[in-house]
Amino acid sequence: MRIRTLRALAATAACAVAATALAACGSSGPNRGDGDSLSVWVYQDGSTVIQEEFVEKFNETSDIKLDLVQIPGDNYTDRMRTAMGSPNAPDIFFNWGGGSISDFVAEDMLIDLTPILDEDPEFKDAFIPSILDSGSVDGRYYGIPMRGVQPVILFYNKTAFAEAGVEPPATWDDLLHVIDVFIDRDTVPAVVAGADPWTELMWLEYLLDRRGGAEIFERIRNGDATGWEDPAVQWMAEAVKELVDAGTFGNNFRSVNYTADGASTFFAQGGGVMHLMGSWEYANQLSQQPEFAAEDLGFATFPTVPDGTGDPRAVVGNPTNYWSVSSSVEGERLDAALEFLRMSASDEYAQALIDNGDIPTTSGAESLLDSHANPEFARFQYDMVAEAPSFTLSWDQALPAGDAPALHDNIEKLFGGQISPDAFVAAMRNL
Amino acid sequence: MTTLSPRRTGRPGIAWAVPGLLFFVFFAAAPMVIVGYLSFTNWDGLSDPSWSGTDNWTRLWNDDAMRQAIGLSLLLTLLTWLFQTPIALLLGVWAAGRQRNRAVLSAIFFLPLLASSVALALLWKTIFDPNLGLNAQIAEWFNLSSADLLGSPRGAFAAVLFVTAWQFIPLHTLIYQGGARQIPQSLYDAASIDGAGTVRQFFAITVPQLRNTIVTSTVLMVVGALTYFDTILILTRGGPGDATTIVPFLMYRTGFQAFDLGYASAVATALVITATAVSLLLVRLTGFSKMRSTREGI
Repeated sequence: MRIRTLRALAATAACAVAATALAACGSSGPNRGDGDSLSVWVYQDGSTVIQEEFVEKFNETSDIKLDLVQIPGDNYTDRMRTAMGSPNAPDIFFNWGGGSISDFVAEDMLIDLTPILDEDPEFKDAFIPSILDSGSVDGRYYGIPMRGVQPVILFYNKTAFAEAGVEPPATWDDLLHVIDVFIDRDTVPAVVAGADPWTELMWLEYLLDRRGGAEIFERIRNGDATGWEDPAVQWMAEAVKELVDAGTFGNNFRSVNYTADGASTFFAQGGGVMHLMGSWEYANQLSQQPEFAAEDLGFATFPTVPDGTGDPRAVVGNPTNYWSVSSSVEGERLDAALEFLRMSASDEYAQALIDNGDIPTTSGAESLLDSHANPEFARFQYDMVAEAPSFTLSWDQALPAGDAPALHDNIEKLFGGQISPDAFVAAMRNL
Repeated sequence: MTTLSPRRTGRPGIAWAVPGLLFFVFFAAAPMVIVGYLSFTNWDGLSDPSWSGTDNWTRLWNDDAMRQAIGLSLLLTLLTWLFQTPIALLLGVWAAGRQRNRAVLSAIFFLPLLASSVALALLWKTIFDPNLGLNAQIAEWFNLSSADLLGSPRGAFAAVLFVTAWQFIPLHTLIYQGGARQIPQSLYDAASIDGAGTVRQFFAITVPQLRNTIVTSTVLMVVGALTYFDTILILTRGGPGDATTIVPFLMYRTGFQAFDLGYASAVATALVITATAVSLLLVRLTGFSKMRSTREGI
């Protein structure tokens, strides 16, 4: 009797250990807003202060209160998507438009904002049209821009470049020359956070765009996987191998992280002298290493490449982020939600973005640029976006959510030398 | 209350187990049944699951990523056992003694056990940063060309092995300490009289006496290593590439990053079945189930 009981206990214990380890994945999401409140989910980073400020302002006058939930960046996509399929779905939430919400649109889970924008031209015209369009799915609007523009910029260390007697690279040959110069000076030419493959992705995005134009990824994004077979994709993968082999990113980049500031700190300390990164890097450096941001931080566009047919003014990155509203929000609560969304179109909101180091997506932003902490950077970034013939959304946000893990894996392997450029192209073709 | 406790046996009745059982049913058994059902469906987490028969299971059988994950899981489990057991055994036996400073050193040594896995993984990730971390310094001292531990497939695997060992050896040390304390002093006294030295005593008395403790610790280690997840999520995210994507992480990636929840459920079910089977097998093979005392004749 005793032995059998113990055996049963041992077996139960073994199951329990296995089961709890697996069951631990579930998390108790924050409660959704009930009758007189709305839950608002936002990606937590250096710009969240603005959303805090405006939620507070909104709550001062409204009967329906907003409840701002800040989700740490690393897991935002997973949490948001999981919550959307559960009764704990947020009422209003931050997203990247495009592929990041297309599944929700297919399930009728979002409010179609097109009629609201059409009825209220003042609201609609407040935003730069191309940016408003970037958040749309199949020609319908589901998102209202709520953060600054986020083009990917080639940041560089002005002081180090001056000491080495080089200019920021305008062409591929310039880039190779700059790389040689800094390798001779025992400095890493370009910082990249290899542990976060989306930072490596930025190199791919620009290389492909410069070489073959924005149309290639546009094709892929629209579901034509043969786009990966374009010779420009092959060139891009080989160019990455050439850069890695030349020592562009140093010996250690594969375990550098971005989210814990591993790359930005190393860049600010002068260990590496170029950093291809989203425009938020500026705000990041301004808060983490203000001295470096003020004295050394330079910015340039991505160089041209040999035989490139892409427009050198084209930009990649995230046009901005958007607020979307869950279709379960109705009546007075929907009115309140729309009222909150309208705040993003106000001059006050644009000014708050400027004060935080961001460039607003509103049409009137140009007049505010001079009040930016660094008007030169503000003007550079504004012109970059305004003059760009195309603004390609980050691949991992544009493609369906299910493709992102494999995309990241293959990029990491390409940069790590674990797979050849040929194998990379083949893997992407079969994504 | 008296009705709950049958007087005939003098031991608590089944009613005492009700809270524990309910907890187990709601938080372990029921989710497992649901996951088992989901493994036969196609589900993206948004729409309703649609029945797909054995599609997920056929796919699981032919999936290269799954095969690699199983290989890595088994390797990690084996190396975990080989790495942690000798250290934990020696430390546990040492900690069971009566030396000076033992209590203080043991207390310090057990600290990692109190911290959360996530906090520890974050701490180690910072230490392993190739430019700013401690290993950058070490690489400089030894003049190594690269400090990119987490960036190489083998390095990242070794790092996972090391960090989990650092975290869990204290637990197993504690188990061995308890086991070693139970060994009667008279055995050692008798061995000393017969002229056996410390090493001989360790192998002839301590290890055989700890047989059941070794089995307990092994089952915990094996089932634990088969289900490592949080450390990998924070430290390597299954990378570089898929070099540290063991089965539980593959499950998470499939379910919560690719949102293929039906297939992820199949992976989860396979994992539960494997982990349970392996631990039952271990219990049976080692004769632990017979619960023979190590003290017969003493």
